[in-house]
Amino acid sequence: MKSFEYVRPTTVREAVAAASEPGSAYLAAGSNLLDLMKGGVVAPDRLVDITHLTGLDRIETLANGSVRIGALVRNAELAHDAHFASHFPAVAEALLSGATAQLRNAATVGGNLLQRTRCGYFYDAASACNKRVAGAGCDARGGDNRLHAVLGWSENCIATHPSDFCVPLVAFDTVVEVEGRAGKRDIPLDQLHCLPADAPERDTVLERGDMIVAIRLPAAADRFAPHSRYLKVRERTSYAFAVVSAAAALRLDAGRILEARVALGGVALKPWRAREAELLLAGNQADAALFHRAATAALVDAKPSGDNGFKIELARRIIVRALSLAASGTPARVAALPASAFASGVTHHV
Amino acid sequence: MSESPPTSPMPHIRHGSNIGQPLTRRDGILKVTGAARYAADNHPNGLAYAVLALSSIARGRVAFLDVQAAKSHPGVVEVITPANRPALAEDPDAKTNPFMFKLDLLQSDRVRYANQPIAVVVAETLEAATEGAALLAPKYEVEDPIVALDAGESFVPPSVGVGNPSEIYKGDVAKKLAAAANRLDVTYETPPQYHNPMEPHAIVAAWDGDMLSIDTPSQALAMAQGRLAGLFGISPDNIHIRSPFLGGGFGSKGFISGPQVLGVIAARMVGRPVKLVLRREQMFGPVGHRAPTRQTIRMGTDAQGKLTAIAHHTRTQSSTFDDFFEPASDASHTLYASPAISTSHDAVRVDTGTPLFMRAPGEATGSIALESAIDEMANACGMDPLTFRLANYADVEPISGKPFSSKALRECYTRGAERFGWAGRPLRTGQMRDRDGLLVGWGMGTATFPALMFQANAKATLRRDGQGMMEIGAHDMGQGAWTALAQIAADALALDMEAIAFRSGTSDLPDAGIAGGSAHTATAGMAIHNAGAAVIAALADLATSDAKSPLFGAGNGGVIARGGCLYARNDESRNESFADILSRAGRDEISAQGQSAADPSAQETYAMHSHGAVFAEVKVDPDLGQIRTTRVVGAFAAGRIINPRMVESQLLGGMIWGVSFALHEQAHMDRRSGRIINANLGEYYIPVNADVPSVEAITVEEVDSHVNALGIKGVGEIGITGTAGAIANAVWHATGIRVRKFPITLDQLITG
Ligand SMILES: Cc1cc2nc3c(=O)[nH]c(=O)nc-3n(C[C@H](O)[C@H](O)[C@H](O)COP(=O)(O)OP(=O)(O)OC[C@H]3O[C@@H](n4cnc5c(N)ncnc54)[C@H](O)[C@@H]3O)c2cc1C
Ligand code: SF4
Repeated sequence: MKSFEYVRPTTVREAVAAASEPGSAYLAAGSNLLDLMKGGVVAPDRLVDITHLTGLDRIETLANGSVRIGALVRNAELAHDAHFASHFPAVAEALLSGATAQLRNAATVGGNLLQRTRCGYFYDAASACNKRVAGAGCDARGGDNRLHAVLGWSENCIATHPSDFCVPLVAFDTVVEVEGRAGKRDIPLDQLHCLPADAPERDTVLERGDMIVAIRLPAAADRFAPHSRYLKVRERTSYAFAVVSAAAALRLDAGRILEARVALGGVALKPWRAREAELLLAGNQADAALFHRAATAALVDAKPSGDNGFKIELARRIIVRALSLAASGTPARVAALPASAFASGVTHHV
Repeated sequence: MSESPPTSPMPHIRHGSNIGQPLTRRDGILKVTGAARYAADNHPNGLAYAVLALSSIARGRVAFLDVQAAKSHPGVVEVITPANRPALAEDPDAKTNPFMFKLDLLQSDRVRYANQPIAVVVAETLEAATEGAALLAPKYEVEDPIVALDAGESFVPPSVGVGNPSEIYKGDVAKKLAAAANRLDVTYETPPQYHNPMEPHAIVAAWDGDMLSIDTPSQALAMAQGRLAGLFGISPDNIHIRSPFLGGGFGSKGFISGPQVLGVIAARMVGRPVKLVLRREQMFGPVGHRAPTRQTIRMGTDAQGKLTAIAHHTRTQSSTFDDFFEPASDASHTLYASPAISTSHDAVRVDTGTPLFMRAPGEATGSIALESAIDEMANACGMDPLTFRLANYADVEPISGKPFSSKALRECYTRGAERFGWAGRPLRTGQMRDRDGLLVGWGMGTATFPALMFQANAKATLRRDGQGMMEIGAHDMGQGAWTALAQIAADALALDMEAIAFRSGTSDLPDAGIAGGSAHTATAGMAIHNAGAAVIAALADLATSDAKSPLFGAGNGGVIARGGCLYARNDESRNESFADILSRAGRDEISAQGQSAADPSAQETYAMHSHGAVFAEVKVDPDLGQIRTTRVVGAFAAGRIINPRMVESQLLGGMIWGVSFALHEQAHMDRRSGRIINANLGEYYIPVNADVPSVEAITVEEVDSHVNALGIKGVGEIGITGTAGAIANAVWHATGIRVRKFPITLDQLITG
């Protein structure tokens, strides 16, 4: 393994200063970063270990009612926080559907947002990948791309963002708090990740040295709690990334939708907010026909990037299902198989 | 405080015999406490670490390696490439017998598959060796690789599997098909699968002059010893291999692999002990895999649903430089009666490593296709799949016409069906839903695996202190050989388990043959049994010819051994303990050897197979296509069961692999580069616990007096067969969609 410098700052300020040096990377739990380093996919000169910073591991409700989650809160810790889970059940469900118990115990909130794509060619240092090496080409095009993007992709990159957590977060207008060389700023999560267009080497809008210190869920988001779900289709029952996933949340009044939130995972290089679907849903009576129209609207721009046309149909179906699940109400507790088609009560009665 | 009584592990209750008892693994505590020392756990003094550099292209030439950069990295001790690799006594590309496979030992700069070893870097630390290997930054002359099943010229291999004929014809298939009342003509595909036991291949090798000492996992110690002796030009007696525990083998450790030999070469070159452990992604290439197949099955039946013809053709692949042909069509030899049967294979050569034996080679691939086709045929006849199988039950082996040495398959069908609750299964598809609205489907498959036997030797010793010892270079791959064979040994020596020492797992012990072909318990067990009988006979000789013994004159056939004593058969009051016999004779101990081998006359007369019937339930989301195996029940007849606990876990493991075969496992190979894109256990899917919530294996009593004196058949591989097809059939029964490309993935259901 290439030798690298390891620093352990004690304040966010020090951390940002250290990470502002070229070739630096923040190290959180390392469940993604260290794998990438071992595979030769990334080769930082310096790791800035932020896991010893204090104050970034808190889940707090701010005066304005929004919920602020520190970047170092572990995925499992957040999902099992009873207060949080009752206000944002779809987020808890999404977290618990990701990876394995061991990984969730380690993985951090910040790391989850910034985990890299799982495109096999990105991981395979011998393949051409524009994301890994700008301008190198994209071997996923015309290659093994059954699970690649159907929305927002470009000829330069057809990868997807793999996070489950981000999908409901983006639906709820989550804001990312960043501390950088020029101080603090907020970035809406929806604007954090970049679509590949012509610079696929760029994952996010973050600049060198930028550190995620927290995320904030707006106070208004918890009004969806009674009707919000996350559903994830995968190729085995657990411990697999989403083929396609969806978060759906509704505010209902006697069967009429006041407001809707819909987002898709596994379809694009960012968590995909389906605003067309949301607009179509709002103000209407919640029923299957409406859900189908919304699903169709969400995928109008979708096109296969390879052998993955099925994902478009699958995405429509999962939206319909997630919406009907949300309409029928959030279950009292997260199922033993979170977000799974095999969690009891997830399929329709026929 | 809770008042519940303290629980203790179940005591070993025995009823006269050690064989048949569900003893827990004798090495269980060592394993769960981490005290069991696997190959890579060894750290001899002065150890250096070797790391392989593997080719990233599948075909071409290594044009340049930056040896200088690697050598200058701090800690790097040596860089081994074709330019400086010491000469070997034998060409790694020589093939002097069909059971010998060519190895990539840096014999040239040619690259013939992706992940082929192209250099070895040895360093003071693993990290330095790893970085040294990365610094080699190879440059290649790349040629376009060929990896597809259609690529290149196909040919009919001279033989498939281990010397099986590649084509067999019985009766006139074409005529029978033309005349059939119901016909089927379908093609199935199975994917490449790569060996990934929990423990990757690992070796710690140390030379002392011409003596070689090795820690490495092996399923065939004597063969490994012989192969190394040939390559290094030394006597096999100079090579000592320790392989007390394997973290799984499944065929991948049957032959010593190229990477392991490279560890030995590295140790010789640097004059220090060297450790070499494959990284997970390095498992995808140089240590064998299951080749993909495309199988076309044609069947015909008469109006009553009796098969009149089966034609099973397999297209498979081997490497460009060596021969192993997955004998998938052979699955159709033994299971279903039909007046006309043809099995055939052809192959293409591709730029991959040489495919090798992987758990149930041929049987697994062939079974999923055959059992799917049988299901399709049953449906075409409008018959229940079990009724159809019973209607076509083979009372004699269909092609050879031999009677079976034993075959309790009917009982397997009955017991399995009962336990599963098969009765009442709707004939049509898509009829069952659970209360959540998920589609439910039931499918079944027949399991079969040949009862093989190889050759082995064992040495039995009885000592004056009343203790016994059995020595045999057997292999505990995790399957529990250390326990089951010790049970046989205790019975063979007429002693309690506690009174015997069982030595195995090293190459200086008598050759136990290969732990493969599901034949290890039979092969090693029979050698143990015979060694025990021989030492008891020798002891009886001592007693019956000694005028001072109560057994004097009782005659050899006239004594029985039990609990450390010999008894006169016709008068048990005449008896004497082993210890007393030896003391009086002034002997510290008495030893004898035993051998085992298949009985050629029995093999000539009988067809010998294990059988089973597997029933599976799947649930499928009607809209999203996601599939889950909710229940699997297998009933197996496999001769005498030495240790029911070990056997159950073998069968369960096999059945879970069957689930994997049907729904999960496949290497995604990029057609253009020949590289595997999911070479890691995160994305090379195998079932997790949630995928196999209920798997049950039951064994059906079967007495077989022909396979061997102990009546042992094998259980190691059969579990995959039958199961994979049962799941595929259940998916069809749930959805009405017949997926013929395995594994069955949800996209095939969405677009099906
Ligand atoms: C086998 C496997 C299966 C998985 N399955 C799933 C799944 O099903 N669903 C899913 O959603 N995820 C899955 N994951 C991904 C997992 O969620 C991520 O690896 C994890 O969330 C990353 O968190 P971390 O703390 O380990 O981040 P690290 O690996 O430490 O960091 C990840 C990246 O984020 C950067 N970073 C970390 N923290 C900060 C910060 N505060 N500010 C700025 N940059 C930062 C790092 O520099 C690095 O680039 C899986 C991972 C593995 C290994
Ligand atoms: S899809 Fe994107 S990440 Fe994958 S190979 Fe192409 S450029 Fe790289």
